[in-house]
Amino acid sequence: MLAAFDWHILWDRIFRPDSAFASALFATIYIAVISQVLGVILGLLAALMRMSRLRVLQLLSGLYVWVFRGTPVIVQIFFVYLGVNLLFGVTLIPNSLNLGAFTLGGAAFAGILALGFNEGAYMREIIRAGIDSVDKGQLEAARSLGMRHGLAMRRIVLPQAARVIVPPLGNEFNNMLKTTSLLFFIGVMELWGNAEIGYSETFKPVEYFAAVALWYLLLTTIWTVIQSWIERRLAVSERDDSEVTLGERLRSAFSPAYRGRA
Amino acid sequence: MTELIVHAVDVEKRFGRLEVLKGVSLDVAKRETICIIGPSGSGKTTFIRCVNHLEKIDGGRIEVNGQLIGYRERNGKLVEDGERSIAKQRTQIGMVFQRFNLFPHKTALENVVEAPVHVLGVPKQQAADEAQELLRRVGLLGKRDTYPGKLSGGQQQRVAIARALAMKPALMLFDEPTSALDPEVIGEVLEVMEELAHEGMTMIVVTHEMGFARVAADRVVMMDDGRIIEEGTPEQLFDAPEHARTKQFLSKIL
Repeated sequence: MLAAFDWHILWDRIFRPDSAFASALFATIYIAVISQVLGVILGLLAALMRMSRLRVLQLLSGLYVWVFRGTPVIVQIFFVYLGVNLLFGVTLIPNSLNLGAFTLGGAAFAGILALGFNEGAYMREIIRAGIDSVDKGQLEAARSLGMRHGLAMRRIVLPQAARVIVPPLGNEFNNMLKTTSLLFFIGVMELWGNAEIGYSETFKPVEYFAAVALWYLLLTTIWTVIQSWIERRLAVSERDDSEVTLGERLRSAFSPAYRGRA
Repeated sequence: MTELIVHAVDVEKRFGRLEVLKGVSLDVAKRETICIIGPSGSGKTTFIRCVNHLEKIDGGRIEVNGQLIGYRERNGKLVEDGERSIAKQRTQIGMVFQRFNLFPHKTALENVVEAPVHVLGVPKQQAADEAQELLRRVGLLGKRDTYPGKLSGGQQQRVAIARALAMKPALMLFDEPTSALDPEVIGEVLEVMEELAHEGMTMIVVTHEMGFARVAADRVVMMDDGRIIEEGTPEQLFDAPEHARTKQFLSKIL
C-alpha cells in the first residue's frame, strides 16, 4: 500500500515549498491573525455593550451573538463575499484593497470580515466571563479612588480579566488557524487551497493532503507553545516568583484542555 | 463654629422593599474621628457607602466639604450627578474596605501610585516619592515591590490605607477594616489608624473594635435598625449607655 505513496511529493511539499506555497502559507497566517484581532475587538465591544445600562446596546449585542453563533460560518463567508454589496447597494466589499505595498484581494477581505465577525460572537462570551470573574470589590475600590468607569475598566478590571480570557482566546486562535481553510471556497489562495489545487493537478490526494495536514499541525503546535508561554508570563507577574523552565513550558504546552468546536 | 466635613441629613436608603436607612443625620467636624457601632444589618456600612456615593440615597442629603454628594439641586429637587462630577467628589473621600480590595496585578507601590497618577495627573516621579513616604508611614516600605498576594491580611490593609491616603483626602471612611483579619494582625492596622486619628485626619470608622473606639474616637455612634439611636463620647457610650438596645449590644460584644 505504501508502495503507492510518493514520498518525493510529501518531501518537496514540506521541505522545498515553492513560491505559490509560500504565499499561501503567508495568507493563512495573516488572515488568521487579522481575523482574530478583529474578533477580539468586536467581542470586547459587544461585551461592553452587553454590560451597558442602555437597553438598545444590550439588544444589539444579543442580536449579534444570536445570529453569528446560530448560523454556519461557511454561510456567513459566502454571504459577506457575495451578498453584502447587493444587500446594502453600495460597494462595501471591493474587488481588491490597496494597502500601499500590499494588495488585499476582495475575497480575502470579505473572508477576514466574516471570520472576524463570527469570532467576535464567541469572544464576547469569553470576554464577559473574564470580566465577571474579577471581584466586584475591584471596581468599587477603583471608583472610590475617583476613577471613572472607563478608566477603571482599562486600568483595573480588564488587565485582571485578561488572565481568564487568554487561555480560551488561545484556543480560539488555534481554531481560527484551521478555519481559514474555508476561505478557499470563495477563492482565497491559502494553505488548503494550495493543496487542493496540487491534488487536482496530480490526483495524489494522500501526499498533498498529508503534507497540508502536517503544515497545519506545525502552525498549531508553534502557536500552542507561544500560548503557553504567554499564559506563564501572565501568571508569573502576579505570583512574583521564579522563572519557568523550558521543560515545564513544553510539557504544559502539550496538555491544555482543548475546547472542540465544529 | 468648627468646620463641618460631613453634613448628613435624614439619609434614607432602600434595597427594594427593605428600608436600610430610615433617616440618618450625622455631622462630622474637621479632625474628628467618629466610630459607628451597632449590630450587623443596622445600616452602618450602607451609611458610609452612601457618603461616597457607592450607594445612591433615596432620601435626605449628604454634604462633604460643603458639596452635595452624588446629586445636584435643580428647582429644589435632587437630581443624580453625572459620572464625571461624582468621580471628582470621590477623589477627596478615601475609603478602606473590609476585604482590602487591593489591585492584585500591581505591586504595593503601584497600588498606591495608581490613582494619583491616573486620576489626579500627578507626575510619576512625584507620585512614587509620595507613595514611598506613605508606605514608610504604614511600615511597609520594604514591601514596595511585593504583590498583594504575597502580603498578609494586615499588610494588605495597611497598603490599602496608604493607597487611600495618596489622594490626600479630606475624609477617610473605614468599612470594618479589621473584620476580615486574623486576630494577631488586627493590632498593626489599628495602630496605623490610631496614628492617623491623632494626626488630625477626619475619619468615620465602622468597627467592632471597642478598644480602638475608646482610644481614638471623639464620638461613638450607635446604630440600630437603620437609625442612630445614641451617640456620645466613648466614655458616655461605653460606660453609661442610656438606650436599652445599646446596653444589650455592648453586653454581647464586650
